[in-house]
Amino acid sequence: MVRLNVNGSVREVEVEPDTPLLWVIREQIGLTGTKYGCGIAQCGSCTVHIDGAAVRSCSMPVSSVTAEQKIVTIEGLSAGASHPVQKAWAQLDVPQCGFCQPGMIMASAALLAQNPRPSEAEIRAEITNICRCGTYNRVLAGIQLAAEGGESGRG
Amino acid sequence: MTTTTPRSSAPSRRFVLGGLAAAGGLGLGFHVPFLPPAAAQGAATSTPEINAWVVIKPDETVVIRIARSEMGQGTLTGLAQLVAEELSCDWSKVTTEYPTPGQNVARGRIWGDYSTGGSRGIRESHEYVRKGGAAARIMLVEAAAKGWGVPAGECRVEKGVITHSASGRTTTYGAVAGDAAKLTPPKDVVLKDPKDWTIAGKPVARLDTLPKVDGSQIYGIDLTMPGLLNAAIKDCPVTGGSVKSFDAKAVEGMPGVRKVVQVGDSAVAVVADTFWRAKTALDALPITWDEGPNARVSSADIAAMLAEGLDAKEAYVGNKGGDVAVALSSAAKVVEATYGFPFQNHATMEPMNATVRWTPERCEAWAPTQNGEGALAAVAEASGLSASKCDVHKQLLGGGFGRRGATHDWLRQAVMIAREMPGTPIKMIWTREEDMIHGRYHPVTQCRMRAALDEKGELTGLHMRISGQSILASVAPNRMVDGKDPVVFQGLNPSGPEAAIGYTIPNLLVDHAMRNPHILPGFWRGVNMNPNAIYLECFMDELAHAAGQDPLAFRLKLMGNHPKHRAVLQAVADKVGWGTKPADGIHRGLAQMMGFGSYVAAVAEVSVDGEGALKVHRIVAATDCGHALNPQQIDAQIAGSFVYGLSAALYGECTVKDGRIEQTNFDSYPVMRMDAMPKVESIVIPSGGFWGGVGEPTIAVAAPAVLNAIFSATGKRVRQIPVKNTDLRRA
Repeated sequence: MVRLNVNGSVREVEVEPDTPLLWVIREQIGLTGTKYGCGIAQCGSCTVHIDGAAVRSCSMPVSSVTAEQKIVTIEGLSAGASHPVQKAWAQLDVPQCGFCQPGMIMASAALLAQNPRPSEAEIRAEITNICRCGTYNRVLAGIQLAAEGGESGRG
Repeated sequence: MTTTTPRSSAPSRRFVLGGLAAAGGLGLGFHVPFLPPAAAQGAATSTPEINAWVVIKPDETVVIRIARSEMGQGTLTGLAQLVAEELSCDWSKVTTEYPTPGQNVARGRIWGDYSTGGSRGIRESHEYVRKGGAAARIMLVEAAAKGWGVPAGECRVEKGVITHSASGRTTTYGAVAGDAAKLTPPKDVVLKDPKDWTIAGKPVARLDTLPKVDGSQIYGIDLTMPGLLNAAIKDCPVTGGSVKSFDAKAVEGMPGVRKVVQVGDSAVAVVADTFWRAKTALDALPITWDEGPNARVSSADIAAMLAEGLDAKEAYVGNKGGDVAVALSSAAKVVEATYGFPFQNHATMEPMNATVRWTPERCEAWAPTQNGEGALAAVAEASGLSASKCDVHKQLLGGGFGRRGATHDWLRQAVMIAREMPGTPIKMIWTREEDMIHGRYHPVTQCRMRAALDEKGELTGLHMRISGQSILASVAPNRMVDGKDPVVFQGLNPSGPEAAIGYTIPNLLVDHAMRNPHILPGFWRGVNMNPNAIYLECFMDELAHAAGQDPLAFRLKLMGNHPKHRAVLQAVADKVGWGTKPADGIHRGLAQMMGFGSYVAAVAEVSVDGEGALKVHRIVAATDCGHALNPQQIDAQIAGSFVYGLSAALYGECTVKDGRIEQTNFDSYPVMRMDAMPKVESIVIPSGGFWGGVGEPTIAVAAPAVLNAIFSATGKRVRQIPVKNTDLRRA
């Protein structure tokens, strides 16, 4: 039995202790917004927050997370997609296929929590998630828009 | 992004309804047997449809049916814009749904072609979807007019509100939809003049964004349903090999495991309650492969096979004019270079997956497919049931890029697994590793370029010999022409709206020596345009250099008969200030190409430091796609094309050792990330009068523009992709 605090509620799951947190979130808890993309912490599609920090959950055994640590997934980031990053994403139409975007958004939200006004160079260095559709320039603009908390034009 | 003013608009045209179902059908080589039309019925709603394309609910929600697949390229929104424009509905009330391919077959293919590849989603269905919207509008207005007892001609409609001008009475689409559904469809309709568009041609927001930012979007990999089990699969790592043996007993007692099954001749799958448990057991399963006849093939063998084709006597001719042999033998100067392009994996972010439930009476699949009808054909074949007993529920794709349209190899596997457990829905997911080593790869080619220059440095002859793989020979042999694969010549054709060369060269020969290694090819976003643009556009740069001429001026002299090619090239040159000196350390390169019905060009600005580190700073790119349906989404496709195209140019390479692909994940198959992403300034030129594709064309110019800029920076010609294998330090 593993106890996890996910999006503010305590969950108990029966699972092998070496199961990656990603698959526990997806299969035992049933939150599928967190995606599988590579399984080796390369692509970032599985990014969640643990105590506010961005973590690639595909490479973290569930046994290494304690019941006290607060896990937040894309579903728990905000009510009604109201987080500034999500609002900026919607305003700029950032997603294309969208598969990597929950991970992008979680990584971006964690960056802004830690560094509310990152420079362009800092954003480029910190956001290492892979997007194959190629949304990077709108991701960059989205983070900058969210950091400003203001409005900006498209594209 | 800048959008230039339209120079012209297509005039209104009258269309006769009745030929709707005849559209399309080329597909990707699939033919689903037609069934007799069933009684007309709504696809997925209980509200009666106005026609096949439009359902309007009492609450004014407008449901627009979409036949093509959304995989990020924006076709869902674009096609809805076209229907909504002619429908004159309230755009804020629009939602969409996919009719299943089974319903399409049952209704005589009323929704036309489902295949979504070759950037054809909008450019090949714009006419009949607009007619669908217009016909629905006419019926809705007629229903209102009948209710009022007035002629329909006295009524007007705006944003779904119908007004009788004389009496001032109004009603809404939702109120009259039930009556409209009972009317006879109009015989012919007049489409709007594009200059009057208010929804089409505008940078409206995508319809599918919100679920993609709050995590609620369900992809195929996320599906669940009562009783669902998960499967993990391993196919023989060497194509052409098979399963010799496996020891199911070794893993049958592992947590969650329900069954171990052989899948066809060459694969083994484990079915378990969760995917992670299925994968864990599969990793522990002892499997012995018979690796078959290709088990010793290496990249060097394949390169040698292609190199032989460069000099082969026999080759298929794709474009011929004048006598290139005479031109070469009488040239003042002959310039020659050999280029090469490797295997590359599509690497969609969502790995291949499918969910299938099979019983002896019926087989249903939930599949992220680019071609619903192709998927239905694959399900019917693999299930052993007729197509009328099968259906496919299309899922939004987590990337497609051509991998999910043509072969459906992954879907057949899922059906075969599901047949082993009748009645139980099975979700099969490929690991990233399985996805990397069992791709349908960008075809491998080499190309020898040989050109004749006269005393003044003018180009008098060009022989372009492509040697290498044919996609159609593997994927759709029925589309080959007398043994020739016309796709190989994309962008090099003498004429035509699809992919014509942009230069007039007095003596020209483009030919192809087909050499097909065992690694399976597939359509890969941009397809043969990608290597062909590198070969042609980098070599044009080499020729300009050999002739002592500016690369832009050298090209423009050959483009007098190709005004649209020339216009996009001139547009990027003007915007970047070609001919002015760039900032210190910055070097420029340019390229142009035409394909998928559109004209594209780019200038790249790069720097290469003393350590040989390349940085692409800025791209200026122009697209003339005729009618620009959604400029902000075209901008997104242009920017994204540089990620896909530069990932391919800079890093993309799948190598072969012992018959198998060596790269297994993103650590060994690097792709572009944000740190390497250049600024992209797009120029959309809505010249009107034709419909070109958008998702693919720009990829072709990404690589040659950057490669030409690298030469400008370093004096080095990178002729073998990817760039990462070349030391860029100045010699």
